[in-house]
Amino acid sequence: MKTTAELIADDPLWLSIIKVVAIFAFGVVMTLFMIWLERRVVGRMQHRPGPNRVGPFGLLQSLADGLKLAFKEDIRPVVADKWVYFLAPIISAIPAFLAFSVIPFGPDVTMFGHHTALQLVDLPVGVLVILACSSLGVYGIVLSGWASGSPYPLLGSLRSAAQVISYEIAMGLSIVGVILRSHSLSTSDIVNAQEGGWYFWLLPVSFVVYAISMVGETNRAPFDLPEAESELVGGFHTEYSSLKFALFFLAEYVNMVVVSALATTLFLGGWRAPWPLSAIDGGVLNTGWWPILWFVGKTFFFLFVFVWLRGTLPRLRYDQFMRLGWKVLVPVSLVWIVLIAASNALWNTPGVTTGQRLIFFGVGIVVLLVFALLLPDKRVADDEEFVPVTGSGYPLPPLDLSVPKSPPRRRLPAAPEPAEREMEPAAVAAADKETGDGSL
Amino acid sequence: MSALFLTQTAAQTAAQAADTVSTGEAIAFWILGPLALAGALGMLFARNAVHSALWLALTMLNLGVIYMVQQAPFLGFVQIIVYTGAIMMLFLFVLMLVGRDSSDSVVEVLRGQRLAAIVFGVGFAGLVVSAVARALTNVTSVGLAKQNTVNGGNVANIGTSLFTDFLFPFELTSALLITAAIGAMVLGFSDRNAKGVKKTQRELVEERFQGNRPSPLPGPGVFATANSVATPALLPDGSIAPESLSELIESTAKESLADDLAEVSGTADGPDAHALSGTKEDLA
Repeated sequence: MKTTAELIADDPLWLSIIKVVAIFAFGVVMTLFMIWLERRVVGRMQHRPGPNRVGPFGLLQSLADGLKLAFKEDIRPVVADKWVYFLAPIISAIPAFLAFSVIPFGPDVTMFGHHTALQLVDLPVGVLVILACSSLGVYGIVLSGWASGSPYPLLGSLRSAAQVISYEIAMGLSIVGVILRSHSLSTSDIVNAQEGGWYFWLLPVSFVVYAISMVGETNRAPFDLPEAESELVGGFHTEYSSLKFALFFLAEYVNMVVVSALATTLFLGGWRAPWPLSAIDGGVLNTGWWPILWFVGKTFFFLFVFVWLRGTLPRLRYDQFMRLGWKVLVPVSLVWIVLIAASNALWNTPGVTTGQRLIFFGVGIVVLLVFALLLPDKRVADDEEFVPVTGSGYPLPPLDLSVPKSPPRRRLPAAPEPAEREMEPAAVAAADKETGDGSL
Repeated sequence: MSALFLTQTAAQTAAQAADTVSTGEAIAFWILGPLALAGALGMLFARNAVHSALWLALTMLNLGVIYMVQQAPFLGFVQIIVYTGAIMMLFLFVLMLVGRDSSDSVVEVLRGQRLAAIVFGVGFAGLVVSAVARALTNVTSVGLAKQNTVNGGNVANIGTSLFTDFLFPFELTSALLITAAIGAMVLGFSDRNAKGVKKTQRELVEERFQGNRPSPLPGPGVFATANSVATPALLPDGSIAPESLSELIESTAKESLADDLAEVSGTADGPDAHALSGTKEDLA
């Protein structure tokens, strides 16, 4: 039995080229499909049909849009930095595709008479490849904003740089949990290590941190501050048009697919069939070409969640977003890593009984509790006349603010309003009005 | 690039004689080496600071790939993540905040800077040359092929060395970095609540109402034909409102505002403000 790395090393050159082309095609097709899926799903969530004219179910809409983009005029602002402006979209698109190379799509198969694995390369540092690619992808965004030579893109790119660097730390720390458990950085080894149980329930904290930081890492709603339409026009790609803009779009969607595929690999057992299916006929569904189906299915689950989040959540404010990254995700991951390391050490030390392990963890919990009790409470305002204020220093209206009845002469004598209506607080009435406006 | 990885993996598994340079490695070196050198030269000679930083990023990227080709994949990718991804990004961040058009000043602020630079440069070059010369003559290279196959491979071996033999330097480095980070925070952090640092909105409002001008300052160019900050606002009598002039930006010369002044003060020829019809030219 050869390892995956050895299998792949035996590939002839033409097989590698086939794999490269297949991965590239997968990325592009997934992008076209994801744009369609996103518009359809968001449309459904907003009670409208979404694109449904071009091709069956509107499936060819993204292809048509892509063709249209290619024929648009390629505009370069006069003040733009020529070379950097040209390079930025390329720099952002290439690493996105590169990251695919270490994703295991399936186990050993026979392709054109060659026994090989459904993976382009299997490096001993596979996970780091993806992190390196995402850190190179930021260059594309940052440089595009700078090279455009106008303030909105620059603001967008600065936001993006800060955002991706911050969330990359949380993401790296969540991956550390997986590595501690699987004892390997290689993606195929991580999938193999999940034979006994998928990591999303064995390492729930890592999974949640990864899931949050992958949305931040890809600049998607609710973390899409670098391109926040309402604040920055289009953010870093405001000045881009035609194929350069298409490259940014491509990079964004391919990045989404990559982080979803990585989430599948790290936490959902990669190409492994889900539980009841994996038991059929001694695991026949985990061999041959079947696993691609499970892998793509799980990836689509994450991609759907991306769309779902976009359709549900409003964009975060920048400081809230950074606070979440630095003050919640990073400390939680650090504590979680210490826990995993401690349990690893306890379980791997020979001669430690289960009772001793439980005592050890009990002592830990007691220490934590005592520590939590010793922490001073948040200072409570003991001032009787204390008025809560907003961040800018203005007093907040009380939550139970009752609005006085409107004077009787305002009422129309023909159609008196019902009594409950008048008692309604102003805030509720305003909210009603807003939902009414929103449906426009 | 994948072909390189493949040759490298093959080299690892086969554990071939380590100090021979394979064809793939030679090709990779002759592509990456000149690129790295070009990056270094570009960094030195680029006029624009951001271009300089980008050239440096190219050099670091190439070094990372060279490490990978030399059977040190962990080092290579960490080089890309840490140096290219994080450190150069911070450099770029600062350079962008400084501004795209700021060029370096050619005035020497430190006396004897050039002399010191030359002395240290020659000294450093001597050190590098002697170290490389020693490495080429006195040391027999063994390569990493053997190390990468024993004790769990490349990553596990680096981890073992870091946390056993090199634990003290490792911890010392991390202590140094944490000290630097805290120092930067102490220097950069300004207490919002301290007096005289930054006024809150409430303080600003109170100050304004107790001062002698509760209304906002006139916006630039409100009564003129432009709304640029450089265009001063005109008062109803056609004079320039001094409060609308920016302290930072040089205002438009008064001569170029002659038309606006005339229009506002009502001395311009043209239809009366209350006239129903336009000028004779408009009618014609």
